[in-house]
Amino acid sequence: MFAQEFMRNALIAGSFVGLACGVVGYFVVLRAQVFAGDALSHVAFTGALAAAAFGADVRVGLFAATILGGLVMGALGDRARADDVVIGTLFAWSLGLGVLFLSIFTTRNSAGNGTAGIRVLFGSIFGLSASDVRTSVVLALVAVALLLAVARPLLFATLDAAVAAAQGVPVRALGLLFLALVGLVAAQATQAVGALLLLGLLAAPAGAAHRLTARPYRGLALSTAFAVGSVWLGLGLAYAFPTLPPSTMIVSAAAGVYVLALLASSRPAWPSRILATDR
Amino acid sequence: MLTDVFTGLSWNPVSDVQQMLAYPFMVNALEAGTIVAVMAGVTGWFMVLRRQTFAGHALSVTAFTGASAAALAGAPLALGYFGFCGAGAIAFAGATGPKRSYSSESAAIGSFQSLALGLGFLFVSLYHGVLNGLDSLLFGTFLGITSAQVVVLLAVAAVAIALVGLAARPLLFASVDPDVARARGVPVGLLGFAFLLVLGMSVAETSQITGALLVFALLVTPAATAHRLTARPLLGVVLSVVLALAVTWVGLTLAFFSIYPVGFFVTTISFALYVIARLVR
Repeated sequence: MFAQEFMRNALIAGSFVGLACGVVGYFVVLRAQVFAGDALSHVAFTGALAAAAFGADVRVGLFAATILGGLVMGALGDRARADDVVIGTLFAWSLGLGVLFLSIFTTRNSAGNGTAGIRVLFGSIFGLSASDVRTSVVLALVAVALLLAVARPLLFATLDAAVAAAQGVPVRALGLLFLALVGLVAAQATQAVGALLLLGLLAAPAGAAHRLTARPYRGLALSTAFAVGSVWLGLGLAYAFPTLPPSTMIVSAAAGVYVLALLASSRPAWPSRILATDR
Repeated sequence: MLTDVFTGLSWNPVSDVQQMLAYPFMVNALEAGTIVAVMAGVTGWFMVLRRQTFAGHALSVTAFTGASAAALAGAPLALGYFGFCGAGAIAFAGATGPKRSYSSESAAIGSFQSLALGLGFLFVSLYHGVLNGLDSLLFGTFLGITSAQVVVLLAVAAVAIALVGLAARPLLFASVDPDVARARGVPVGLLGFAFLLVLGMSVAETSQITGALLVFALLVTPAATAHRLTARPLLGVVLSVVLALAVTWVGLTLAFFSIYPVGFFVTTISFALYVIARLVR
């Protein structure tokens, strides 16, 4: 299995995608922003297709669209937390634009017949080049380092925004920075598991970690371990059974971890008890 | 520029409409679009009120999985849409329980949704040679709607709207203030579950026109615009239906005369209306 170059590339890139998704996903779930992550993954689709339609580098479109999308959503919401109606409307429109770019792209390249759209939506982790892998590693490390640098104030701002603001924590700026980071990770993960499936890596391992422990750093470690483990398990399964698409296997592994964590902990999760008073 | 995009348009409204209505598939599409818009306007208004947009989106993804499973099994697509959306609604209600907490709910919905998408992709790749079919499952096609489908859509929409109409008052109460409603003996948990089921049906229906990914354009955006413009429930529902109808008709017409897909026009017009509503109010 390790003799194949495409498999080595997939494993290295996949591990770092898992690392970034696990760390960022922990905060996404804690901040109840899974829907924002979902919307950003669809924005990634639109960005990539826009770049493809106009003949630019797909990666440029991906990163520009998701980071901008994160900032817009943060700016429209209160306290840099977009509410779900704003997210829903923005996201419906971004999908509509995506469809437009897809049709422009397919009419311009008659040979492409729509597979570019499918690739962006569902990923192509077995088709990564060595330079894709390098980009993915560097971006994962940048995102994780940035997030860990602001982890303490971000945690404070998430759990009690009013007290944090009173103590001088820049709650709004942190929220914006966080959504931009989610955008960065979404763009990076789109290349591996695809725009539609990356939510599984953001939400499921982190959701499982929140079910199992209330302690932040242990939760972060668990979430990361689950995400990386799901990627490995998914890649192994897809290699063993070539008819199974790798992105489906990765997401199924992550969802399996989540279901096991649900079963293992019947008591209510910690963030739900804390955030319940907020609503 | 405009004449490049709208190649079929003669710029004479009467003859353009006549030309469009001469095609049976366009008549079917307009009929189906009208039914779907009325239903999406009503359920969407309650969905936005109850802040269940994310659940609505996850159900739309389930519709894609259902359709691809039906295609793989050789069953009618409508069966897949409605079966999977109903099952999805039951799963959500079971996973979240009567007392909703946003954080754990969103993690559950997110995990469920990506699993559903993953399975949908698996079914499509097992069912070889349907990459173009995948496009239409995700983004919809209004060219292929048959008269029989229109009848099915009408029946489902009638049932769903009747259910929402019957439960409208207690549902409104339970959505606006669940604790007080519960104290007054309103079955809040049961209503929440029933609403998710109706939402699932509604999404399954809408998916057949707009595709699984663009359901949102009709469910969320007109309803969100209506909520922006008025706080009165009845007026809000009517406004939401009217907006959904207008967006669907204009979107279908523009798509008919242009080379671009219907999803783009529907989402763009409804988003423009939402932005205007935000600027006005």
